[in-house]
Amino acid sequence: MSDWQVAASPGERHRAGSDLPFLTLMSGIGGSYLVLVVAMLAADIAYTSPAHFSAALTKPEIQSAIRLTLISCTISALLSVWVATPLGYLLSRFQFRGRWLIDTLIDVPVVLPPLVIGLSLLILFHIPQKGGNLEQWFQERLGMRVTYAQPAVILAQFSVACAFAVQTMRITFDQIDSRAELVALTLGCRRSQAFFHVVLPQAWRGLIAAFTIAWARSLGEFGPILVFAGATRMRTEVLSTTVFLELSVGQLEAAVAVSLLMVLASMLVLGIVRLLGAGWR
Amino acid sequence: MAMIELTDVTIRSGPFLLNHVNLTVASGSYAVLMGGTGQGKTTLLEAICGLRQVTGGKVVICGQEMTRWKSADRGIGYVPQDLALFPTMTVREHLEFALRIRRVNRLTIRQRVEELSEVLGIERLLDRRTRHLSGGEGQRVALGRALAFQPQVLLLDEPLNALDETTRNRLCELLGTLQRQRQLTILHITHNREEAIALADQLFVIEAHQICERDLSFLQTTGSDVVDLNEGVLR
Repeated sequence: MSDWQVAASPGERHRAGSDLPFLTLMSGIGGSYLVLVVAMLAADIAYTSPAHFSAALTKPEIQSAIRLTLISCTISALLSVWVATPLGYLLSRFQFRGRWLIDTLIDVPVVLPPLVIGLSLLILFHIPQKGGNLEQWFQERLGMRVTYAQPAVILAQFSVACAFAVQTMRITFDQIDSRAELVALTLGCRRSQAFFHVVLPQAWRGLIAAFTIAWARSLGEFGPILVFAGATRMRTEVLSTTVFLELSVGQLEAAVAVSLLMVLASMLVLGIVRLLGAGWR
Repeated sequence: MAMIELTDVTIRSGPFLLNHVNLTVASGSYAVLMGGTGQGKTTLLEAICGLRQVTGGKVVICGQEMTRWKSADRGIGYVPQDLALFPTMTVREHLEFALRIRRVNRLTIRQRVEELSEVLGIERLLDRRTRHLSGGEGQRVALGRALAFQPQVLLLDEPLNALDETTRNRLCELLGTLQRQRQLTILHITHNREEAIALADQLFVIEAHQICERDLSFLQTTGSDVVDLNEGVLR
């Protein structure tokens, strides 16, 4: 400690220098991606015109695709939240052997190539078992065709969207203090009562976020739908398949107009999630 | 008669171990449990109210063995250290909560809420949410929530911590009055010697993960070779 010296005057002290170069570099690198996204959207907007837009929207095939998209996305998002709420809660609150396996299984649809999910669904419904297959069972018992029909669209969307909803609900329940739930147990609650009276009312933002994320994922789903539901106009066509079908027949203007419609819908959904996120904090 | 009776209780939680704990709190007694940080005081309270499994021994409440009973069935009021209030509920809903779960009729619930809020001095807070309550107000709400279903046993985990002296003294007085008027059996964890002197009928000290009952005169003892309870450190 004997050679400890305090700087004699402010001028002799260490100077850290400006932060500007660092921040400029970071903004430059990070901003390049934003430029790409904005440039893509600008190119789409520049390519299309209100006339293309209204021409596309008046086509009966596209109107039918919009209807099916809205209905199928909403049903698959509701199903996703229905499944994600209990699963997210159990994974958040309980430690048990083999939990890593469940975590991995939930992430499988997120990392699998979309076509593989579609193919797996197709095989699941047509693999022979006990003299028939799952598709036949649905047709005979429930009078409902799944493969290459509208239920296949919903199931294909749900298979991927649900994984994202589970992740959202799990984070939601992680953020809710479990102590209040435990105190509710001492006040006479069963676990279910503590869940519905104490936990779920705190999770409403997470529920809406999970719904919107699942809805947005369903909107963007293409590969599994193409393989499992097909792309039959006026029957199993959703907006993502519309873009593909219009492109394949050389109708680039209609494809771009529908793409922009999907961009608008996605931005609306993401806006809702961001707003909820801000409210959460 | 013993109201809380722990016989040879062992609680294991990871590397943490409370071994062969024996503790008896008489009916209508105000028992204070003191001891250093990390000794297992909260763990013990959680075991008594059923939030933590015991790996050995017996937990008997009001003459009934409840070692394996669910927390909800034990009928023990519990005020945790962090209060754990319900953020989406108003103060009134906190006081009504245990009664609604028990499907008590509306008139009784209203009467009970009126009575409790008056005793606790929180009438003007009834329609407020808990987020903006002060420390003392939050403590009163947590106490009211635990008392609403009229338990015979109340467990308090450092209920007067982090309060200013005036609020602490008022609440201390309130706890003493409540215990006498309602014949409650209370087990109260504290680090504060004055609090213990003011309230305790029985004193338990936890040291090296072992609990022993001490005479109340122990609280008057000073000296570094005994216990520096205000610091919460046993020497």
